[in-house]
Amino acid sequence: MFTEIAIELFQLLLVAFGSPLLVGVIRKAKARLQGRRGAPIFQPYADIRKLFSKEVVVSENSSWIFRFTPYLLATTMLLAALIVPVLTTSAPLGFMGNIVALMYLFLLGTFFLALAGLDAGSAFGGMGSSREVAIAALAEPTVLIAIFGIALRAGTTSLDGIIIRFAAEPLLMLNAGHLLAFFAFFIVALAENGRLPVDNPATHLELTMIHEAMILEYSGRLLALVEWAAGMKLFLFLTLISNLFFPWGVALSNTPIALMIAFFALALKLLLFAGAIALLETAVAKLRLFRVPELLAGSFTVALLAVVTSFFLK
Amino acid sequence: MFDLFLLTLACFGVGGLGALVAARSPTLARIVGHVSALLGAISALTFGVAGLAGGSMQLNIPDLLPIGGAAFGVDRLSAFFVLIIAVGAIPAALYAIGYTREYAGKHSLAGIGFAFNIFIAAMILVPLARNVLTFLALWELMSLASYFLVITEPEREDTLSAGWVYFVMTHAGFAALFLGFLLLAQTTGSIHFTEWSAAAAQLDPDSRNLVFVLLAIGFGSKAGVIPLHIWLPRAHPAAPSHISALMSGVMIKLGVYGLLRVAFDWLGAGPLWWGGMMLIVGAVSGVLGVLYALVDPDLKRLLAYSSVENIGIIMLGVGAAMLFQATQLPGLAALALVAALYHTLNHAAFKSLLFMGAGAVLHAAHTSNMEDLGGLIKRMPQTAALFLVGSLAIAALPPFNGFISEWLTFQSLLLSFQISAHTVNLIFALGVAALALTSGLAVACFVRAFGITFLALPRSDRAEHAYEVDWTMRAAMALLALICIVLGVAPSLVLTPLEAIVFELTSAHADMRFNLTAVVANGEFGWVAPLWIGLGLVMFLLAIPLALRLLGANQRRRYYETWGCGRALQTARFEYTATAFANPFKRVFAVLYRPIKDLDIEFHPESRYFVRTIEYYNEGRLIFEDALYRPLLGVIETLARRARVLQSGNVHSYLVYILVALVALLIFAV
Amino acid sequence: MASLLRQILKTPVVTEALKSDDDLQIDILARQIDERARKRFGRSLHIREVDAGSCNGCELEIGALNNPYYDIERFGMHFVASPRHADCLLVTGPVTRNMADPLKRTYEATPGPKIVVAIGDCAHNCGVFVGGYGVVGPVSAVLPVDAVVHGCPPEPRAILLGILAALEKRP
Repeated sequence: MFTEIAIELFQLLLVAFGSPLLVGVIRKAKARLQGRRGAPIFQPYADIRKLFSKEVVVSENSSWIFRFTPYLLATTMLLAALIVPVLTTSAPLGFMGNIVALMYLFLLGTFFLALAGLDAGSAFGGMGSSREVAIAALAEPTVLIAIFGIALRAGTTSLDGIIIRFAAEPLLMLNAGHLLAFFAFFIVALAENGRLPVDNPATHLELTMIHEAMILEYSGRLLALVEWAAGMKLFLFLTLISNLFFPWGVALSNTPIALMIAFFALALKLLLFAGAIALLETAVAKLRLFRVPELLAGSFTVALLAVVTSFFLK
Repeated sequence: MFDLFLLTLACFGVGGLGALVAARSPTLARIVGHVSALLGAISALTFGVAGLAGGSMQLNIPDLLPIGGAAFGVDRLSAFFVLIIAVGAIPAALYAIGYTREYAGKHSLAGIGFAFNIFIAAMILVPLARNVLTFLALWELMSLASYFLVITEPEREDTLSAGWVYFVMTHAGFAALFLGFLLLAQTTGSIHFTEWSAAAAQLDPDSRNLVFVLLAIGFGSKAGVIPLHIWLPRAHPAAPSHISALMSGVMIKLGVYGLLRVAFDWLGAGPLWWGGMMLIVGAVSGVLGVLYALVDPDLKRLLAYSSVENIGIIMLGVGAAMLFQATQLPGLAALALVAALYHTLNHAAFKSLLFMGAGAVLHAAHTSNMEDLGGLIKRMPQTAALFLVGSLAIAALPPFNGFISEWLTFQSLLLSFQISAHTVNLIFALGVAALALTSGLAVACFVRAFGITFLALPRSDRAEHAYEVDWTMRAAMALLALICIVLGVAPSLVLTPLEAIVFELTSAHADMRFNLTAVVANGEFGWVAPLWIGLGLVMFLLAIPLALRLLGANQRRRYYETWGCGRALQTARFEYTATAFANPFKRVFAVLYRPIKDLDIEFHPESRYFVRTIEYYNEGRLIFEDALYRPLLGVIETLARRARVLQSGNVHSYLVYILVALVALLIFAV
Repeated sequence: MASLLRQILKTPVVTEALKSDDDLQIDILARQIDERARKRFGRSLHIREVDAGSCNGCELEIGALNNPYYDIERFGMHFVASPRHADCLLVTGPVTRNMADPLKRTYEATPGPKIVVAIGDCAHNCGVFVGGYGVVGPVSAVLPVDAVVHGCPPEPRAILLGILAALEKRP
């Protein structure tokens, strides 16, 4: 009992303190690809630490929702960290929700962030909110059809159950549907986390911003919480993709050896994904805003294909 | 149970007659009418709970109505719907006490009180009706009472035409119901509902299909499914807000009640295309409803379209249940039915809450056009918080009630892989996609509704001078918000009676287990623990600021203007508007909206280089009115014009008509 | 895309080491922030650049700080889009009458603790625009300035060293 709580706590701390490192690694990889030395990989930690020591400047037009949202964002991400099987499939709090519940938990954060963007009454914030909810809404069908595809093959929508099933019968993963579902999910991960080609996280031009536009008014510890929550969201999405689609290494029991293997396997998988994202962001330009629905519709078609193939190849 | 029944009717009777009697004093009429309605609704709630616990009742009054008299009875499904009506009516009556105060002197509060009581009483009696004429008489009474309530404020611009559209549509539906019931009564040989389920099995498929289609059209038009929805976005904004709450939250559910009776009780299990049609209609209503809500600048019409969307979600559950029943998967059918019924209750709660919030906004700011609102969170903080709860609930976000019912609907749709017919699987897959799109768009819609209405700066003087509404209105909304939260974190309170209802309807146990904290579907297929999620959210929300304080984070907060790139002025003109917020959707779904864009630029008379005003119109067209109803109305008009020939005004030709008719009837009868 | 990727993989890291130079003119003025804040900013500094009326010569040099040769990010510094996110304001140009008020608002919008670094001769003493009818004065007439980097325009190297000097950090 105690070991399980300790493991759950360790998973939470891993997500909480590991996500800035993931962001730092992606930035470093991008910098190297751009031919420059780049910031050290622990830079995001320094950024967050510095932000906690700054004061908060709040707009006079905004309300309690503006100040509440960063705490809610961090809360939903930490709660999601308890549900997602980061290292092990037998975390005691994993029963809180299945993958559908997880997606809705992320949507809760998006709802409040969009409200916070509107709260200060600036045109940038409203624009960011409008675009963010449009993309989130259009990504939903893809996510759920991809989940349908996974559930068809694994016979369950519980996160632990999917990993256990796939790890036990690897041949279930060896078909086109699985790969298609992976691609669809990856595109959704890019859209939900504001990465290229949907949104440029490093842009300074407000008219090209989506996620950044909503947080232009934040400062100090509120900004630190928002940035941290965004990092955790990326970490959780990539962990979800790597553990659901490539479940090798995930601990199926709670022995120390299994957990260590799980830790290193996760590190390796995240490193590979970080590299892939850095490469993609360097090679691809941001899509025009009204081309993004086409991208999402394409990923929806891919996911639907995944589902249909599993129907007809049963 | 019988005494509760009489008590309920007595309360409404006292309320209605009392309001009429007190016509001289508007305040007395208002208080008597609405307080009596409140007591009657509370009594109905008790009745509903007793019915769900297994109570029964039978009442036959032979000579009250022709052909069989009036017959009433209760079973679990009827009791559940009485409960839903009560859950909507109690806050509505409480709200009305404060809301109708401003009608004194302008409109007859006696008439309002009378119609209000008749309306709720008729709604409560409809699920209890047990033969054809009782049902139809009460249905018609309900429609008439609601019509008069819709046109309470005839001086407002579109009210009378909205009332007219509502009147026509509800009677068109009534005609379909009438035909369906008569056909079913004729073929089964009985007008009593209880005798239909046994007799229906012997019917030939053609008449069963015809009856199903007719009754589906009739009940569907009341529920507001696409394409029979056109009265909803007209009638609900025109009616006073608590009436909109009742109509949207409760009355359209009686359409769902009828469809459930048809599909699971009276006609028995039908062919696959019945369930498939329901599911497709549900998917289309869900997506189109929310798409129309997204682009509407009027807060109440937005909520009306959102009701169409939620009826679509309920229909998805009902259609799935019918399909599961037709493919011999009764456990899953029961699960889907539980999801649909849960969503019915949830929608009654949060839609009433939202309409009451919109009513409060209308009351305080004298406009429901979102382009003129804004900044209300500082002027009406409690209303804003309650509206936020309603928005979170309708967007199906944890830990509120909408999340649970949508989660259950998703689980039942995802479990369709147990069917092995490819077409059905594909329909279910599209249903999953439609539900996902609907829920995503609903999030966007309510970010817009809450954000533009309540946040940032007021966009007009009227919004600037808004004020918090009086306590009865806030208490009613708080009651509903509490229900939303409780049903969200403790679903077992509702799931226990729902299991019993569904067992009664389908003789199958729903494929799920649950306890106080968690719900599990179909063995290990999926689970959620809403109480834990709620507790987790609260715990982290308290722990994070505490941790920051302990770790020494800078706690200083300074207020300054919004960052506007150093611009000297920050007015409401710089904010995002409701139309602008909806722009991405208008562009993505332009094929659906077929927007008409118009740009009007007024130049300075002395130089075209200076612009005075720019007006930009971007309005969607109502494609169902244009494509479906207008041609239909055109045909009817043409036929009517041709038939006018018969009205020659000549007495002699009329005498000839009478003679011909008499002779024909004699031949036909003999 | 393949040719782009090939070129990316062929190009090495070209960042040059930052050499200190004694004949660069950098003035350190006020000390607005305390020791702790200076240490924090030494690890992570977010910069907002404000053009208070310059000819954009300084902007070109500041823009060069982001390229692979000068690579400002390796010092933990990063340009941001909003003064709310910023710790340091990099101000160029003589402060014109139109930009005096927006400059003050930008400063107020920045959360404390914060520093201001004035770049270029115009920011130091109005440069060639001294006495012009549209000019209010140097940056120090409008805002409290921590460091000034002379030059018209100053090299990116000088700008970098100026910011580091304001934080009392060795390169």
